[in-house]
Amino acid sequence: MRKRSWGFVAAGLLVALLLAGVVSNYASSHPDGLDSSLLKGCTVNADDEITGGSCPAQRARDHELADSPLADYGIRGVDNGFLSTGLSGVVGVLLTFAVGGGLFWLLRRRPADTPGPDGRPAGHDDDRQPAGTVG
Amino acid sequence: METLAMHISNGIINGPVAGVFAAVALAALTFCVLRGRRDLDDRLAPMAGLVAAFIFAVQMLNFPIFTAGVSGHLLGGALAALLVGPWVGALCVSVVLIVQALVFGDGGVAMLGLNITNMALLGTAAAYLLIAGLLRVLPRTPTGLAVTAFVSALVSVVVASQGFVVQYWLGGTTDLGGNLAGLAGTMAGVHLLIGIGEGLITATTVATVAKVRPDLVYALRALKPATAPAPVPAVGGVR
Repeated sequence: MRKRSWGFVAAGLLVALLLAGVVSNYASSHPDGLDSSLLKGCTVNADDEITGGSCPAQRARDHELADSPLADYGIRGVDNGFLSTGLSGVVGVLLTFAVGGGLFWLLRRRPADTPGPDGRPAGHDDDRQPAGTVG
Repeated sequence: METLAMHISNGIINGPVAGVFAAVALAALTFCVLRGRRDLDDRLAPMAGLVAAFIFAVQMLNFPIFTAGVSGHLLGGALAALLVGPWVGALCVSVVLIVQALVFGDGGVAMLGLNITNMALLGTAAAYLLIAGLLRVLPRTPTGLAVTAFVSALVSVVVASQGFVVQYWLGGTTDLGGNLAGLAGTMAGVHLLIGIGEGLITATTVATVAKVRPDLVYALRALKPATAPAPVPAVGGVR
């Protein structure tokens, strides 16, 4: 008997929303492994802006969408940093779920694609899953 | 707060090399769609959406790695491969990277092929090869699964970091004066430490899912030990 996964997905989504919406504010603001490796050889100021030397990061250019309202994981116009980061995280989680989930839902094998155990298509009713067609 | 870039920014790798990797990534993702469709059913599709959303969330959580002034964050390839399989998993990480590049200004849009190749393709592939091997030899216990998750996640991060080194060798915009090995060593060292964090997050997450809903862990379904119902030869793991 297959269990549905929607309850689990809803719970998982709630966890993701809490992580991106609240916990994200306690994330380290130091440059990550890639960024710090690329800065090796350069000297930087307190804002991690390059002040001299030679390093792979020195030729970095602005992002094409640096003016996006959600650029750099904040919401433009929201001055409260905590709120700005948290809300952008919430938007990101919901957007990623919508894009990813929507894409995967469209791509999924419909029951009609694979004949049921008795050889005829299992029909389109999403709730009626023949047992034994796992994966 | 200043920029919060986590992925390859514009200008780091030259245009032609970025273009080649965009083509490579597009071809590989097309293949992942074709293979992934075999796995995607009514149960896996929402789970895959959740995995993508979860990876987005956890990628925001930069953690300190106890070397001065450097942080790390989840890449997610091993987590995705364990929960939804290598093909759909690579697509999950790609969705995250695409959303980050197109909406959050993180990782140049022109660099998307490079970032997808490293984190979604290389990272997930390295992770799943290890997962497929380790789950066969380790005992089918929560500890066995956690060790599998930890090791595959750690190694996948280092492999992904070396993917960048190869890309920099091919098309880096700043002359390193022949010191590519220095970059490789720095990247490997830092990402070994980040990999420990990745391993802990991946193992904790997968162990939790396996405890609540073991049927939702792809790797446990797909990589049956010798007691699989049909006597399939032991090679059919990567589907």
